[in-house]
Amino acid sequence: MKLSILVNEGPYQHQAADTAIQFTKAALEKGHEIMRVFFYHDGVNNGTRFGVPPQDDRNITEQWTALAKEHDLDLVVCIAAAQRRGILDENEAKRQGKDGDNIAEGFRISGLGQLIEAGIQSDRLVVFGD
Amino acid sequence: MSEPWEDDELEGPVRKFMYVNRKAPYGTIYALESLEVVLIAAAFEQDVTLAFLDDGVYQIVKGQDTEEIGVKNFSPIYRALEGYDVEKLFVEKESLESRGLTADDLVVPVEVISREQMADLMEEQEVILSF
Repeated sequence: MKLSILVNEGPYQHQAADTAIQFTKAALEKGHEIMRVFFYHDGVNNGTRFGVPPQDDRNITEQWTALAKEHDLDLVVCIAAAQRRGILDENEAKRQGKDGDNIAEGFRISGLGQLIEAGIQSDRLVVFGD
Repeated sequence: MSEPWEDDELEGPVRKFMYVNRKAPYGTIYALESLEVVLIAAAFEQDVTLAFLDDGVYQIVKGQDTEEIGVKNFSPIYRALEGYDVEKLFVEKESLESRGLTADDLVVPVEVISREQMADLMEEQEVILSF
């Protein structure tokens, strides 16, 4: 089955971020295709590489980056939600006149159209949030 | 910068999308960002239905005044949805009644349906985004 994932909550704050990555892993192990993972609301905070959780805790962003590398996943952070919350890639930082970017490896910033496209083209869109 | 959906001709059939609004308009950002999805999604010419239940019914209540909380009152935007061909708005009867509201208290014309009918309506959908 072709699946897409929507993550609506930030890492550590909410179980949804962990559940989304565990579901994605399980789906891939079962042989399903993940068309796209879209991050919205505080979910965009999963895409910052500046998070430094304690050493004995999991690093959710690094888990996504590793999974994306292994399975060539398309991790998309919503541009509008990201701008509000200070998640920037190099281009956006330049465009907005900010002094740095923080997007993690394996993530890209794009528009909400990517979420709708995922809804249209996937067999199922699975939403993780409150 | 051009947006991705402007570059490519989108392939795929028209699908039945439902946006489920369950949270109060202020206090959290879910309602506002949900509305932003609906507005962007309108460009994709899908079969769109909006559902309001639980505290989500407060999103479309008349007479919202947000001046004292320093947040933008975005309730007028719901009245513009018609211009985006988003015309199927459903409100759950039980959610309205338990909050002492009727359809007359809302900023847009809606169809009020029972919880059971709402479940049937959800069953008909292909993509459900719950905010």
